[in-house]
Amino acid sequence: MSKLRGKVWKFGNNINTDDIIPAIYLVTTDEKELAKHCFEGLRPELLEKIKSGDIIMAGENFGCGSSREHAPKALKGLGVSCVAAKSFARIFYRNAINIGLPIVECPAICDETSEGDTVEIEFEKGIAKNLTRKREYRFVIYPEFLQEIISAGGLMKYGRSSENV
Amino acid sequence: MGSTITQKILSSHCAREEVIPGEFIMARVDFLLANDITAPVAIEEFEKAGADKVFASDRIALVLDHFTPAKDIKSAEQARFVREFARKRKIKYFFKEGKGIEHALIPEEGLALPGEVIIGADSHTCTYGALGAFATGVGSTDAAFAMMKGEIWLKVPETIKFVYSGKLRQWVSGKDLILFTIGNIGVNGANYCAMELSGEAIENLSQDSRFTMANMAIEAGAKSCIIEPDRITQDYLRNVPEIEGRSAVDYKSDSDAVYKNILRYNVGEIEPQVALPPSPGNVKPVSEVNSINIDQAVIGSCTNGRIEDLRIAAKVLEGKKAHEYVRLIIIPATEKVYHKALREGLIEIFISSGAIVSPPTCGPCIGGHMGVLGKGEKAVATTNRNFTGRMGHPESEIYLCNPAVAAASAIKGRISSPEGLESKV
Repeated sequence: MSKLRGKVWKFGNNINTDDIIPAIYLVTTDEKELAKHCFEGLRPELLEKIKSGDIIMAGENFGCGSSREHAPKALKGLGVSCVAAKSFARIFYRNAINIGLPIVECPAICDETSEGDTVEIEFEKGIAKNLTRKREYRFVIYPEFLQEIISAGGLMKYGRSSENV
Repeated sequence: MGSTITQKILSSHCAREEVIPGEFIMARVDFLLANDITAPVAIEEFEKAGADKVFASDRIALVLDHFTPAKDIKSAEQARFVREFARKRKIKYFFKEGKGIEHALIPEEGLALPGEVIIGADSHTCTYGALGAFATGVGSTDAAFAMMKGEIWLKVPETIKFVYSGKLRQWVSGKDLILFTIGNIGVNGANYCAMELSGEAIENLSQDSRFTMANMAIEAGAKSCIIEPDRITQDYLRNVPEIEGRSAVDYKSDSDAVYKNILRYNVGEIEPQVALPPSPGNVKPVSEVNSINIDQAVIGSCTNGRIEDLRIAAKVLEGKKAHEYVRLIIIPATEKVYHKALREGLIEIFISSGAIVSPPTCGPCIGGHMGVLGKGEKAVATTNRNFTGRMGHPESEIYLCNPAVAAASAIKGRISSPEGLESKV
């Protein structure tokens, strides 16, 4: 996931995990099944329009509320390539790292990007570009410890590969 | 430079002299739990990783409490999947349907102790901080990793200290203090931080009310919430089972510990609070919202389904009837709470008031079953979240409050203060 590019869907502040996937659908662990109800109450039209590789962009505290890992799983099942936000709620953040859903904390680009813009993110360099508006932004790259989990392919693979933890 | 109680617990769990906020550690886990919604994902990850055994079968709880007793066939299958894993892996603390809601049940069973590190694949795991433990909600993969390794990766949090002075007014409980606090700092006001609750009002606060406060710390974005163990903690722990191999360690913050911020509140100025939809941070005093008609009142959940909560509700409901168009649903949080309520005559009072008394379950709090809202319906609830659609239809509304306000509102048919409704018996 060194570099990815996609069309942006914009969301506001404090998007909670009930918004991402309502609890009533947590009767399966299948990503594709969960994806069918992603953002159902909040933006029912999105499901028909979103394409694989698109980017979700939000304000502060994305993913607050319940710890349900079904939320990042549903986004993965939907084909979302990355979530960019001004900030993330902590359980969503760790879930995304643990299961390999790329996320980026970059307030500036979230402020200056509109829905439908095309954005490119270079994770290792900490650079986010709005290609539509020809603007470039910097973000803080993941701390070393988290990079190890990410490059191992998620927490469970990290656990199996490093017997020293 | 001193350490907070949170830093001390974490450093003792990664064999370090001290830990500094912001650093990443691998911490030893004393106990972990997952439920019928989060355990299936954890179990799949655990099996997929080819783990041959759990790190310790007596350090894991699997609790069937969310969609239980099963609300539909798919829920039944998930519960069955968890039960089979528990049986196969000889998980010592498997709690079947009806035993209780995890965050009321775990402390009651003596499975959360001061000074421990406890993780749960459920965001309200922060509840156990009310006993002086470091407890935090994590995801299912974290739980799977901990099942395999007995460890969790953590970023050491900064601490925000809250000092509550003064005496509680009548009908004000832990729920009101935490709603007031969230209203004050906002739903991301404690993001990534540990909340440390202290002051005269906390020292005098019942253990049940302390659980309620710690429970909702996640609603301010906190990683954990902690209260230094004291006489009230010890009184509580004397009445729970003793677990072999587990022991309490009472830590305290140093006087020169470093805090991100210190906030002070005088609780004497706080009246019962109501959080208006769709955010637990959208908080107003009950006197400002008493004209809203309701269709349902829910008293229960991991936030307010303990015996103190039911006693308060009974005090308001005794000798009265719930409004003819209001469904009053009362959910004792555990089997033991249910039994105690029965012996104390509270269930009799509830049934006489026209309430539906449900078995222990998360049920309506997550819009699962046992009281789902229809389009346009409004509910008062002693639960913890009033997000859009949380209890049912996306156009329904949830107003969060304490058990006294919920009971009073059920009687009046509109959001109402319990003032003047106390039973004269």
